[in-house]
Amino acid sequence: MGASLATVWTLARKDLLLELRSKDIVLAIVVFALLVIAIFTFAIELTPSRARDVGPGVLWAAVAFAGVLGLNRSFAVEAEGDTLDGLMLTPVSRELIFFGKVLGNFIFITIAQVVIFPVFEALFNISVLQVETIVIALLASLGFAAVGTAFAAVSVRVRSREIMLPLLFLPTSVPLIMAAVESTSAVVDGGSWGDFSEWLQLAIAFDVIFMIASAVLFQFVLEE
Amino acid sequence: MAALPKIRLIWLGFTAALMALTLWMVFLWVPTEINQGNIQRALYFHVPVAWTAMVAIVLIAVASVAYLKTRDEKWDRLAVAGAETGVIFAALMLITGMVWAKPVWGVWWTGEAKLTTTLILFFIYVAYLMFRAYFPPGEQRRRLAAIIGLIGAIDTPIIYYGAQLWERAHPSAVVGPYSNNDSSVDGPVGLTLLVATIAFSVLFVYVASERYRLRKQEDEVMALRRAISLQALRVATTSDSTESISSAPAGGA
Repeated sequence: MGASLATVWTLARKDLLLELRSKDIVLAIVVFALLVIAIFTFAIELTPSRARDVGPGVLWAAVAFAGVLGLNRSFAVEAEGDTLDGLMLTPVSRELIFFGKVLGNFIFITIAQVVIFPVFEALFNISVLQVETIVIALLASLGFAAVGTAFAAVSVRVRSREIMLPLLFLPTSVPLIMAAVESTSAVVDGGSWGDFSEWLQLAIAFDVIFMIASAVLFQFVLEE
Repeated sequence: MAALPKIRLIWLGFTAALMALTLWMVFLWVPTEINQGNIQRALYFHVPVAWTAMVAIVLIAVASVAYLKTRDEKWDRLAVAGAETGVIFAALMLITGMVWAKPVWGVWWTGEAKLTTTLILFFIYVAYLMFRAYFPPGEQRRRLAAIIGLIGAIDTPIIYYGAQLWERAHPSAVVGPYSNNDSSVDGPVGLTLLVATIAFSVLFVYVASERYRLRKQEDEVMALRRAISLQALRVATTSDSTESISSAPAGGA
């Protein structure tokens, strides 16, 4: 167990190190998400009550759309550098490679959110920086990473993979986006844990199911 | 066409007869629903196509698992047949649902759980088919497509649960004249629905099996074409080499 965790961390660290040098992925997610949010501040006239109504939806749509960009890169980098074969040659089980990739993507999306949330809070004038929303954000990022990593690996070999990944990723993530939006709305409206416990359960169920399912299916993705 | 095996012809005739019976029952036999009027007849198509679309997802899931386990191409063909037919039936479900909802609920679209679920599944399986169209044919495409098909199937109950929660949190804005009247499903109405459901299931089996057969022929054509070009290549290379040997002295001179 300890050795597995160490392997997962080593794999994730490789991606983090690459990212630290290039800053491609996190920057892309942050800039794109902020752009979406900024466009919505023009597209919708933001009265305080309207901001509370549509804000959580805009926030999560922005994170989901921007997340796709980052997820696309996570395997594109491997494909462009021809390092996918190297990864597969390592004496490491496919599940651990998957979990390493998921951990990397999870960290990227989470770091991006650290920037996105405060800017969103400022632009929409609604308070999203609370313990409840942070838990929701972590659950959502984990689910995005689990589904996104599997689909990114599937679509990396397709011509026009930039089109394919969002088409696969966004509809599949709808339950998670619903859960994130509804819980965030509840928090923004002054609710507490009990008011969105069902949505939290949905998010947790989504995360657990897709963590397991994607890990199992991932071994069929990386198979030559 | 002439080669249509007997069983297919029989099945086709069976489908046509059941469909004719369904049309007769829906438009002539079953009494007009008292609250909603004639538009309620759309439900005799809406419910059966919704049911067959759900069957299609089960079919894709089973075929995808079977493909990943056995690597037999026939399962992949079955999954494609299920996906293409299922996407069409899901589209029909959405259209008939909207046609019915506008006069009855007063809106084309609401966040009703089953509608939402079908819409999202429609998108997932359209993406599945697009993936297949983008990816070059071969073992890898079959394998990756099976993975997508399976993830979509795994997602189905989660989407449905989420859509139900969503529907409860946002009571739909149904303001139509009959929005408070639920039609009962018994007597002639229930019988018509039953016959229509059987008819559409039989139609689904027919269309999907035709698609399966077509897919098989496509694969055979592909294999033949590959064999022919391989053969041509072999002939070309052997004649090339003999030519170059014979022409070598002349070229050297």
